[in-house]
Amino acid sequence: MKVLAAMSGGVDSAVAAARAVAAGWDVTGVHLALSRQPATLRTGSRGCCSLEDSHDARRTADILSIPFYVWDFAERFAADVIDDFVSEYQAGRTPNPCLRCNEKIKFAALLDRALALGFDAVVTGHHARLVDGRLYRSVDAAKDQSYVLAVLTPGQLAHAVFPLGDSTKDQVRAEAARLGLAVASKPDSHDICFIADGDTQGFLARRLGERPGDIVDTDGTVLGSHAGTHGFTVGQRRGLNLTRPSATGEPRYVLSISPKTNTVVVGGAADLQVGLVRCGRPVWIAEPPSQPFDCQVQLRAHGMVSAARIAADDAGLRAVLGEPQRGVAAGQALVMYDGDRVLGSATILGTERPAGAGAQPAAVGTG
Amino acid sequence: MPYLDHAATTPMLPEVIDAVSASMRASATGVAGNPSSVHTSGRQARRIIEESRERLAAALDARPSEVIFTSGGTEADNLAVKGIYAARRAADPARRRLLVSAVEHHAVLDSADYLAEHSDAELVLLPVDSDGVVQPETLAAALADDPDTVALVSVMWANNEVGSISPIRELAEIAHGYGIPFHTDAVQAVGVPGMSFAESGVDAMTVTAHKIGGPVGVGALLLGRGMDCIPVLHGGGQERDVRSGTLDTPGAVGFALAAEIAVRGRDELAPRLARLRDQLIDGVRRAVPDAVLNGHPVHRLPGNAHLSFPGCEGDSLLMLLDARGIECSTGSACSAGVAQPSHVLLAMGTDSQRARGALRLSLGHTSTASDVQAVVEAIGPVVERARRASAAVGVAAATGRSA
Repeated sequence: MKVLAAMSGGVDSAVAAARAVAAGWDVTGVHLALSRQPATLRTGSRGCCSLEDSHDARRTADILSIPFYVWDFAERFAADVIDDFVSEYQAGRTPNPCLRCNEKIKFAALLDRALALGFDAVVTGHHARLVDGRLYRSVDAAKDQSYVLAVLTPGQLAHAVFPLGDSTKDQVRAEAARLGLAVASKPDSHDICFIADGDTQGFLARRLGERPGDIVDTDGTVLGSHAGTHGFTVGQRRGLNLTRPSATGEPRYVLSISPKTNTVVVGGAADLQVGLVRCGRPVWIAEPPSQPFDCQVQLRAHGMVSAARIAADDAGLRAVLGEPQRGVAAGQALVMYDGDRVLGSATILGTERPAGAGAQPAAVGTG
Repeated sequence: MPYLDHAATTPMLPEVIDAVSASMRASATGVAGNPSSVHTSGRQARRIIEESRERLAAALDARPSEVIFTSGGTEADNLAVKGIYAARRAADPARRRLLVSAVEHHAVLDSADYLAEHSDAELVLLPVDSDGVVQPETLAAALADDPDTVALVSVMWANNEVGSISPIRELAEIAHGYGIPFHTDAVQAVGVPGMSFAESGVDAMTVTAHKIGGPVGVGALLLGRGMDCIPVLHGGGQERDVRSGTLDTPGAVGFALAAEIAVRGRDELAPRLARLRDQLIDGVRRAVPDAVLNGHPVHRLPGNAHLSFPGCEGDSLLMLLDARGIECSTGSACSAGVAQPSHVLLAMGTDSQRARGALRLSLGHTSTASDVQAVVEAIGPVVERARRASAAVGVAAATGRSA
């Protein structure tokens, strides 16, 4: 098998490439240059967009004795991931850029190019398992990345290889050290790779400018002002700068964001409870089960897992949550699991409060 | 393995390897000291440096006192641009404009840029024609516009990417008509028959050893005797006080010998390479009829074939050829491994699609007809596959946007 190993410069993709070599495959390493102006040195724990990361990937390829190239996907990344990230925030949603990068870059632009160039598959260092074309959670629950891969179609997964799904992160690091890879002790990346200073609000403000508007409570009473709805995400508590305390003195959270009226609605923790999630753009990895059906859903990249009953909906599907969740943000993915197995995913469009939890927002059906 | 990247670096000549090794070995036996030392070994080393300087000067048609040894082409370019600019500004503060061709190597371009950012210079990019050549009337027009504020003109002899040769002698004369000094980066041009420092009339010329079969890490700025140049590297005052640093005796030996061999053999090598290059271009065009030659069709380096393959990514072509054992370049190899559209092609008015699908195939002293044959045989299937890859990604892009 002839495979292309996507090498970020991190320890995971290094060991994934090493395992592909050990499997006896014909492996070529490629580092994706995603930034138009890469920083020379990596700072902190962010991403893979510096020349130092490219260097780390190259040194791993040297040790594995595989050809190594840097491919420039900066334009595609800017259009499909960064611009999308900005416009999602602009629309009052909370996007997941890693998921978008998998969907549009790694398993679209890169995979398509690899296949056309004569490769059979793309190997990445994602922590997830693929068995007979089905996607499963990694054995390392803390590092599991099936959530950001669940958006992939069966066609995309057919040409993906995730060699790390059976290992914990500690095992991956130990293996890197055993192989003499310098990246064995490199820190994990966990921030958004294209926001070098980690200041997402600052990044969005630079891209979108200021659009002052009101912060209101659920009755529409103005409680304060904001510099742009893109500065907020559902469930956010800090940075609201409200001048009037709530009647009960309880903390207030962002309940919803309305770019059309340019308002941010806040309320108490109880108002954050979500019992029903409406989704669009469903992607099924396996044949969709006949609906309605029961499964587990995950509503953001880490945590927020609940039992749910899934049923068809006008826009796609709706999930009635077994246990209400707090702060579910539109734009994130809802990923459906049967145990460890991914059934499919959909994009969260909106939420409703649990049945009987009050009139605002709309009451919940029982689907 | 067909190696078609001689413009990046060319294999060292066996005679040069022997001479450099012998010089290094000599230092271990105690006969070669620091050329700046006064004792016997030091004088011996200094003698070797001076003999190398004389041989290099003779090969390039310069005077020995005009040779400033450097660590390579990049340093020589930096020294010329920054050093002459500083000297000219010191003599006349009004002279703050740098007229630099738009297709220069980054060693010149970024030095000028640096001066614009930090030393109050004004960078004026001289446009090139669609072949990448600076036309004399372009320089004349740029100079006529307030010549008294110009510090320096810098135009490369032969472009490292597309291989086009500019009329350096004519350009230097125009600059001298206004009393303005002229620098040329001639790193790629030593193998061009007739190339001469004295006859070109330029005031400063950059050369380097590793492009002509010498070692990496040694180069020179040929600096006319009347040309003031303020040092970039300060220290022990070596090299006319213009370039400090302990002199590299084995490097100087290797550079001088490589230059002698290159100059002595160029009347034979250049036509041989030009024939191979023409076979290469013809063969590639037969296999891929819509391939486009970039750069001047005639006034170009004998070993340079720079071609664009419409509908391909240069990266894909390079990888597919590499997998078949054929080594070449997508342009200049200096962008830290990240492919950027070439500033040379963009300055020539090439559209970005054509710039992205460009390959530089450069021949040199070890090139053979079988190297050319290998490329001609491989290029058809490689281009076809690279086109499919671009088309596949193009389709994906369209799908992505509509989703």
